[in-house]
Amino acid sequence: MISNDLNTVLPELLLAIYAMGALMFAVYTGKDRVASMLIWITALVMFALGGWIAAQPAGAHMAFGGAFVDDGFSRFAKVLMLWASGLVLLLSQDYLTRNDMLKFEFPILISLAVVGMMMMVSAGDLMSLYMGLELQSLALYVIASFRRDSLRSTEAGLKYFVLGALSSGMLLYGASFIYGTTGTTKFAGITSVIATDGMGLGLLFGMVFMTVGMAFKISAAPFHMWTPDVYEGSPTPVTAFFASAPKMAAAGLIARVMHDAFGQATADWGQIIAMLSMLSMFLGAVAAIGQTNIKRMMAYSSIGHMGFALMGLASGTQEGVQAMLIYMAIYVVMNLGVFAFILNMEKDGRAVTDIRSLGMYSKTSPGRAMALAILMFSLAGIPPLVGFFGKLFVLQAAINAGYSWLAIGGVIASVIGAFYYLRIIYYMYFGSETDALDAKMPGLHYIVLAASAAIMVFGAINLFGLEGFAAAAAEALLK
Amino acid sequence: MTITLFAFYVFATLAVGAGLLVVVARNPVHSVLWLILTFFSVAGLFVLMGAEYIAMLLAIVYVGAVAVLFLFVVMMLDVDFSELRGSIANYFPMGALIGVILLMELGLVYGHWNFSEAAQALRQSPTPDLVQAHNTLALGQVIYTDYIYLFQTSGLILLVAMIGAIVLTMRHRPDIKRQSVIAQMHRDPAKTMELKDIKPGQGL
Repeated sequence: MISNDLNTVLPELLLAIYAMGALMFAVYTGKDRVASMLIWITALVMFALGGWIAAQPAGAHMAFGGAFVDDGFSRFAKVLMLWASGLVLLLSQDYLTRNDMLKFEFPILISLAVVGMMMMVSAGDLMSLYMGLELQSLALYVIASFRRDSLRSTEAGLKYFVLGALSSGMLLYGASFIYGTTGTTKFAGITSVIATDGMGLGLLFGMVFMTVGMAFKISAAPFHMWTPDVYEGSPTPVTAFFASAPKMAAAGLIARVMHDAFGQATADWGQIIAMLSMLSMFLGAVAAIGQTNIKRMMAYSSIGHMGFALMGLASGTQEGVQAMLIYMAIYVVMNLGVFAFILNMEKDGRAVTDIRSLGMYSKTSPGRAMALAILMFSLAGIPPLVGFFGKLFVLQAAINAGYSWLAIGGVIASVIGAFYYLRIIYYMYFGSETDALDAKMPGLHYIVLAASAAIMVFGAINLFGLEGFAAAAAEALLK
Repeated sequence: MTITLFAFYVFATLAVGAGLLVVVARNPVHSVLWLILTFFSVAGLFVLMGAEYIAMLLAIVYVGAVAVLFLFVVMMLDVDFSELRGSIANYFPMGALIGVILLMELGLVYGHWNFSEAAQALRQSPTPDLVQAHNTLALGQVIYTDYIYLFQTSGLILLVAMIGAIVLTMRHRPDIKRQSVIAQMHRDPAKTMELKDIKPGQGL
């Protein structure tokens, strides 16, 4: 029986064992001298695991008495997270070396964080949900302050830690309400209790507290306060990581809890998620206007994008989950491209984050400026780029589910938000000339930037089949 | 009044009273000592409930290890507690107000509480029947067999905490002398020691 269980959690198990093995290897051999090699191996392990999970046949398996669920939905999220994390690792190596931060613990902490994320999206029980979340968060707190001699980085780590601990407390408080009223921590048990007794007041309280805790993790307004500071203070590769895989994990976690545990109370949580979504979209659009630091701007951008992803979830339908998954996948791809660029914004060997330094960038390096402009258009959601289709899917899902007001709000917010994306393009093509950024871009970063931009253009044809994968994943979740 | 009930009230009163004194005691060392008394009283309550394993755990782990560690930390760190307490006085009215409001809200919820009818049975379902297995055995089965997945994950979380603490604080200082065991073992008395025959009255 245990061998069946272990077979189901094999990807997580392998990654965790790999992380521990790599730790031992690095400690007993060259320590930081083997860090570059470890980064490459870790990335390859992640790509391989992602490919292996993607090749798994359809079907759902439970393990450990329902604490772990391996279904189409979790596999979709895991593939995306593993590939995104692997890519971020490869992108970060150059920056870490240049800034003298290349430590062998970095890839190990990232792989342990990914193990946590994989557990989050596979959670079938309140306890395994919390364990996965904490494993992920703890690793993220550490890498946020990875540049330990910088005041900003340590501040970012501490702020993230304190607010993260607060949100975990809220989540646990909610979970205790749910356990108290239903007598079980298993999602299946909670569903069956709701089916017979309906949503009691205690259950509703617990659900609200848990939603608040998870909204912190996904940085949805009004629980977003930590995001800009943490994004700005963390080393840029870490920011790139924060904006990709953990977002997918948190979105997957919310969808998992809402549909698996509270599947029969769609109306109860739909309105909460809809409100979070509305606030996030507007806050992300309005607050980013005043930012001149590109990392802070991307933080507000991520808040806005999470609002759109939550709009899909708020619909409470299979179509909505599908739209959310499509949106998250597109968002992660766009973000990786943008951060491949931001990682190389340097002048005289010093990192530059002011967006005004991009003035007339199109003259000095037209290729990169072009790619970044495409990505910005796509982030703003301008047709015919892929970013537009992501928004289209969530808007459709919201309208079909009767949330027309939310969809109208989303359209208005995306028009407001387009301002700051277009401003970057304005600086690059029409701005006043500044001292140009002079960093050379390594080949890998250039490829990622170009590939991400190319996907945004050519993906418009058929989204590379993403629609079908997301549909299968959403169907697996709602079954 | 049965002896059990009497014991309950003694332990409960002691736990609450000592808990209050932990917070209000002026001397931090006294606070830790009151904390130890709280732990013991709570352990007594657990014994009354028939959870002898948790009671022992509380006495051994919390009193034996955690509270003693606290005591060391309090004595070794030079923290000016009176200064800390001064700022608490500023925040106390606001904090108390919010606390009272939250308590009243929870009271309102409690008025309309409805537990699921299946809750009691569901809560008991993970643990084996106490007639067949005593507490320690039952806990062992639940933690190491049913919840092995969660147990191992907590291990991973602790590993992350350890890596994090080391990566964020450890610095290799090149300017201090380190012990090299290999070099020590390979020292040769012939090379490191020189015997001189000193004549009386002449010196070296």
